[in-house]
Amino acid sequence: MDLKTLTFIVVGATFALYIGIAIWSRAKSTGDFYVAGKGVHPVANGMATAADWMSAASFISMAGLIAFLGYGGSVFLMGWTGGYVLLAMLLAPYLRKFGKFTVPEFIGERYYSQGARIVAVICLITASITYVIGQMKGIGVAFSRFMEVDFSTGLFVGMSIVFIYAVLGGMKGITYTQIAQYCVLIFAYTIPAVFISLQLTGNPIPQLGLGSTMADGSGVYLLDKLDMIVTDLGFREYTTASNGNMLNMFLYTLSLMIGTAGLPHVIIRFFTVPKVRDARASAGWALVFIAILYTTAPAVGAMARLNLINTIQIGAVGSPTGNVDEENLPVWMGRWKETGLLDWEDKNGDGRIQFYDEKGLGDKAAAYGWTGNEMTKVDRDIMVLANPEIANLPNWVIALVAAGGIAAALSTAAGLLLAIASAISHDLLKGVFMKDISEKNELMAGRVAMAGAIVVAGYLGLNPPGFAAQVVALAFGLAASSIFPALMMGIFDKRANSSGAVAGMLAGLVSTLLYIFWFKGWFFFPGTAMAANIPENWIMGISPEAFGAVGAMINFIVAYAVSHNTAPPPEHIQHLVEDIRVPRGSGGASAH
Amino acid sequence: MSGNSKGAEYWKRNLRLVFICLTIWFICSYLFGIVLVEPLNAIKLGGYKLGFWFAQQGSMYIFVALIFFYASSMNKLDREFDVHED
Repeated sequence: MDLKTLTFIVVGATFALYIGIAIWSRAKSTGDFYVAGKGVHPVANGMATAADWMSAASFISMAGLIAFLGYGGSVFLMGWTGGYVLLAMLLAPYLRKFGKFTVPEFIGERYYSQGARIVAVICLITASITYVIGQMKGIGVAFSRFMEVDFSTGLFVGMSIVFIYAVLGGMKGITYTQIAQYCVLIFAYTIPAVFISLQLTGNPIPQLGLGSTMADGSGVYLLDKLDMIVTDLGFREYTTASNGNMLNMFLYTLSLMIGTAGLPHVIIRFFTVPKVRDARASAGWALVFIAILYTTAPAVGAMARLNLINTIQIGAVGSPTGNVDEENLPVWMGRWKETGLLDWEDKNGDGRIQFYDEKGLGDKAAAYGWTGNEMTKVDRDIMVLANPEIANLPNWVIALVAAGGIAAALSTAAGLLLAIASAISHDLLKGVFMKDISEKNELMAGRVAMAGAIVVAGYLGLNPPGFAAQVVALAFGLAASSIFPALMMGIFDKRANSSGAVAGMLAGLVSTLLYIFWFKGWFFFPGTAMAANIPENWIMGISPEAFGAVGAMINFIVAYAVSHNTAPPPEHIQHLVEDIRVPRGSGGASAH
Repeated sequence: MSGNSKGAEYWKRNLRLVFICLTIWFICSYLFGIVLVEPLNAIKLGGYKLGFWFAQQGSMYIFVALIFFYASSMNKLDREFDVHED
């Protein structure tokens, strides 16, 4: 059976599974429809949260970025896991005790102000749309590859499927569907990793394989070998290549961590667990299931890089037959070329392909007779999907990875679109502007908002402001700078009042947006950037992805200064804050 | 619990626990994984340089352990101060 047919069958079968489970459990629990986690054990809730959380950025994009960044890719690993520690200790139990359904609802009530609620909605929508742009990039990559079409066609097909999936909406809320999604996703990710780790090191556990010696009998550690071959080709040493300066690594990681604890679709899962106690444990279990993928990712990245280089650099660097013959390129390279995400050009006309870093190799390249890097395009986001093909794994593994990538992208995109829809229809229209809107119209407004968000995100996804994981990192920066400080101060500082929260959120959001747009283009439209997005132009070497942490600090400072120089919040709000600090007396999440 | 001394004490103990956990959280990721990565890389853990290992493996295992430690300590604290859920 050819690969394309097999992929369609595997992707189709997993979809049938999700829908089947949704129908089966819907019949049993219509009443619990909205309260996803109610009566569900923390382990199950943790698994569902992990499925919700791990998107195209985690599954499709991250390991590919790590493959090319090396040590610098650590910011994603620490950033997207460490946030759960903040969530479990600083937000989840208290928000659960508060017992409302959405983040703007909490902010509106805690800061006793519709203005604060509207600002929270704006922050939420800005972060969520940016997040969806990143997902669209990932979806486009996955669909273009498995349908064997170019990237933009793949993106359009993906957009329509996301729309249908999100409108079916309710499926999202069913924990058991998400558990199935998690299982597909984690199998799809770890099985090729185990195979490749076995091939390269003889150790089936990728986390250990990465620290083992090569299976070729040389006794050389895999990471040492990788360091050696990348530096021979002029690239930076894999295990020490930093992502900008130390300050940038620090703030990048911090941005992703506090962004995790400020993203509405993650927080919302903790509103609906049965008890405060479960909110703490659920965060732990979610991180267990996330860490299974996240500790595998560095192995996937390093091994993919090694295999990719070995595919092209088949012999000694600089020897006349050291590079792969253009006539004998592996089949997978041809398949990816069709998508437009991979490309090469025989610049020196020797009939062979060279892949190296022009700056790093310097004069040596000319001595080898090389006239420029010939891998003219290697989109980082193809690495995870191409990985099993590069390693010559069987077709069913390749099909499984496609199914896993699509599951990851669709579930998260749908979740975010629902968050955007409910923010507009529920928080803005019903909550503020049209209090007497009928339920039917509220639903309709939500769908229109969803369609609008997909079109905007899809359009910007065609020329995304970065690789999927980088775009998602921008979304985290926006959440970090706007929502997290308002939530945290709402719980830990009784004195925080509405003027402080509004001023803080606006200061954080606007400063971060300006910094991002300055280097990435106004509203991400290509060609509108004010300055080239290079380290020399950044303030103190802080990249736009890392600026969220600075925005959050601005938010905290402004909110604190304004709050403590204006009237304290009313008595009943101070009691409310005292009340959410103790677990006892938490009822179910109350209706809107 | 309306601002009595027992409530204040519970909150203080909670904050102290959070502070301890976040200190460890900071040390294993920001300190070992970023700031001190170069000196730590001189030490090897199998094929891993130690700083690199903290950044790409170790910090994540510690994060998981921290959350479970916090959750179980808080469960004990809730009981001690009689604010636990039934």
